[in-house]
Amino acid sequence: MASLIGKSVKRVEDKRFITGKGKYTDDIVLPRMSYAVIVRSPFAHAKIKNVDTSKALAHPGVVAIFTGKDIADSGIGGVPCGWQVDFKNGDTMKEPPHPLLVADKARYAGDGVAVVIATDQATAKDAAELVVVDYDPLGVIVDAAKAVEEGAAQVHDEAPSNMCFDWELGNPKAEVDAAIEASHHVTTLEFVNQRLVANAIEPRCAIGDYDPSTEKYTLYTSTQNPHLIRLLMCAFVLGIPEHKVRVVSYDVGGGFGSKIFHYAEEALMTWCAKQLERPVKWTAERSESFKTDAHGRDHVTKAEMGFDAEGNIIALRVNTFANLGAYLSTFAPCVPTYLHGTLLQGLYTTPKINVDVTGVFTNTTPVDAYRGAGRPEATYLLERLLDTAALEMNVDPAKLRLQNFIPPFDGVNQEGYMTQVALQYDSGDYHTVLEKALEMVGYEDFRKEQEAAREEGRLLGIGFSTYIEACGIAPSAVVGALGARAGLYESSQVRIQPTGKVSVYTGSHSHGQGHETTFAQVVADKFGIALEDVEIVHGDSEAVAFGMGTYGSRSLAVGGSAIVKSIEKVLEKGAKIAAHKLEASPEDLEYAGGQWTVKGTDKSIAFGDVALTAYVPHDYPEGLEPGLDFSSFYDPANFTYPYGAHIAIVEIDRETGVVTLQRFIAVDDVGNVINPMIVDGQIHGGLAQGIGQALYEGVIYDESGQLANGSYMDYTMPRADDLPNFEIDRTVTPCPHNPLGVKGCGEAGAIGSTPAVVNAVMDALRPFGIKHVEMPCTPERVWNAMNS
Amino acid sequence: MGIAIRVTVNGNEHSHEVDPRTLLVYYLRETLRLTGTHVGCDTSSCGACVVLVDGTAVKSCTMLAVQADGCSVTTIEGMSNNGDLHPLQESFRDEHGLQCGFCTPGMIMSAADLLMKNPDPSEEEIREGLEGNLCRCTGYHNIIKSIRLAAEKLNA
Repeated sequence: MASLIGKSVKRVEDKRFITGKGKYTDDIVLPRMSYAVIVRSPFAHAKIKNVDTSKALAHPGVVAIFTGKDIADSGIGGVPCGWQVDFKNGDTMKEPPHPLLVADKARYAGDGVAVVIATDQATAKDAAELVVVDYDPLGVIVDAAKAVEEGAAQVHDEAPSNMCFDWELGNPKAEVDAAIEASHHVTTLEFVNQRLVANAIEPRCAIGDYDPSTEKYTLYTSTQNPHLIRLLMCAFVLGIPEHKVRVVSYDVGGGFGSKIFHYAEEALMTWCAKQLERPVKWTAERSESFKTDAHGRDHVTKAEMGFDAEGNIIALRVNTFANLGAYLSTFAPCVPTYLHGTLLQGLYTTPKINVDVTGVFTNTTPVDAYRGAGRPEATYLLERLLDTAALEMNVDPAKLRLQNFIPPFDGVNQEGYMTQVALQYDSGDYHTVLEKALEMVGYEDFRKEQEAAREEGRLLGIGFSTYIEACGIAPSAVVGALGARAGLYESSQVRIQPTGKVSVYTGSHSHGQGHETTFAQVVADKFGIALEDVEIVHGDSEAVAFGMGTYGSRSLAVGGSAIVKSIEKVLEKGAKIAAHKLEASPEDLEYAGGQWTVKGTDKSIAFGDVALTAYVPHDYPEGLEPGLDFSSFYDPANFTYPYGAHIAIVEIDRETGVVTLQRFIAVDDVGNVINPMIVDGQIHGGLAQGIGQALYEGVIYDESGQLANGSYMDYTMPRADDLPNFEIDRTVTPCPHNPLGVKGCGEAGAIGSTPAVVNAVMDALRPFGIKHVEMPCTPERVWNAMNS
Repeated sequence: MGIAIRVTVNGNEHSHEVDPRTLLVYYLRETLRLTGTHVGCDTSSCGACVVLVDGTAVKSCTMLAVQADGCSVTTIEGMSNNGDLHPLQESFRDEHGLQCGFCTPGMIMSAADLLMKNPDPSEEEIREGLEGNLCRCTGYHNIIKSIRLAAEKLNA
């Protein structure tokens, strides 16, 4: 049988989606199900003086109402945070309580105050309108940099100056200060990496269910991370035994990070189901998603890069205020620190780096990982500096990068590259991706075209971005030392059925990534059996032993590696059974094409026959257990480090400031590729989100903390006619430390693309002598920049 | 107070009493349990709920169930014929025009409407034709290819 690795196999999961048979959480209806609507604070910061539920309770069809006070009185815990980042002086970060519903004070517009449960959704909504909450509005702080200033409104009494932590990484600051001071040229940029909303098209949904006869709970939820949700909810929030809780997450309509986290509504629905002994469903409306899904990015940064007279980078100094929102979401503290500061080496040999990050609370929606999570912010910072420096020093931006790249290393014959910011890169050939991208774009011809266009008064621009990301998250001991309160391994179980069919249970979770196909390709290929003989099971804590879920481009690198480990165990035991049947020694056998063969003979036994023998062990090796079913845990030795080069070409309309993205070229290296079609699709989607940040998207809070563009009418999601056809290609530098040699492809597009587009806008605006335009580069901003 | 409606959905006739405020999308999802039609927003922006009403694409979150009285509705579940996929369904699979699948039913129904009005659309016309549908996964690249492929299949 031909190898399935590297083949663009059509996705097996597609059939249910294209026929309307997908099973998303909101599609589930349970007997006696009730419906919840959450009363949310319209104020960004307000004391809650009184909650009057009497009118709402009297509304026909209302089953129950619980308020923040009920939650506080019940003694259950708040939503926990899964990562601890300490202050520079060693003090633990400030971690104020995050109750499921607030009793005394609302800290952002959208904070839950009460939950109204009724026999149907419309009734619950009507009754929620009848809940009367008496608020006493307080002063509001929205801006991250201003949050630490004297006189700023205080979000939590526990966090003076609204500081959650201050943190630094890299070389001693004095050394970096001195290197900057001694630089021939210093490029300085101050900018905002604006807040974004992940906007998975499926709104979040949670259904709690409780069976009094077995005392078991079931939570159906739209999550990327069912086992972690179970752990956090049981151990930290509800204090219920984990073995009595099942968390199910079948089909999930996109996540992009926003569905990693344990949300209050999940624990709330589970708790309510127990109180009422009937199922309770909550489905977010889109305006509610905008307010309550964890947001992404939101950094205010000053960055300085020092160069010597030859254009070599000699120092980088970064100061960032990271907005964490009103409460700490699950992984919030690690995003601006260990997923951002650690990537500031980029692809460059910068010998001195210091990064300083202050995490602050504000009266805004909590901020956490969104596609790329910290790495897009690091890449934007570096790549804007590089293009700006090239402009200031009057050198070519592509040449400046090539000059400063780390030389090639494969991680096998040459050691991994040790950065100044704690990471050791696995393998890379950074020159090749940029050279390939330059060839694809036709760089020299473009510069001529650009010159001719400028003479006609047309504004054409080209922008570069080269990036690296830390993926395959993550080696548990490393992240543990950096403050993670969880391990980041993955589990697998490979169960060979007696007929030779294979059931694979994975702790990874697919919400669009196509694991049911890619993982099945790996399994079918390794066993030499047909793809349709393999079933991938995920998203149910009752079926899958354990899992750490899907994010950080980790599924294939970590979850796939765990599957490979189990496959190897199956083949090892299978060889013992085969050897017995063939009257040979296991060492004399080879496995290929779905059968064990005695080397150099035509004596063989098929995979299916060995499977059957394992379950009908009449003629069987002495002392060997029956069955053919193995599970494994895989904890990676290192992160993986995909990288790439992206180039954007834009044209700006001089009259209107409208930026048109004419071409987008991406050359990415994600290590080995199992299914090229799926990898290309992941890159496309990432590019669209990264381009969205550059040109269209951005959360706007007014001074009173109101989310001014909290709907699809107001928040500009990229549409089909906003984007070009993408021109993509790849190089392949295998990861040296996992069995598949894969690095992960989920976030690459979103990490690399944003600065390429903004750099192209700035290149187009070169005749105007403008240094920087903030994202998103809307027509208004570009027009104002041209006309100021 | 319910209002009696009679609607043909995917060729089957249904009679129900519905609340006057019930939107067509909730009638399809909750009363008929046709959950292939999705709700992605509350501003008629995302297009996840697009169905065909008397052959024309409609955002079913923008129409009351009572307005569909006497109409013929086609949902994603009605696109395949005795197990044979519609060329659009096939093409979305062949060109990897979907990832999480949530926007896909609406995309396919919008594309069906587009191809009825313009059987041989250019890439630009497809992009314009999908202005009412949001996808967050694919960057639209493969959706455009899927619809081009379906057009070729339908014109062959």
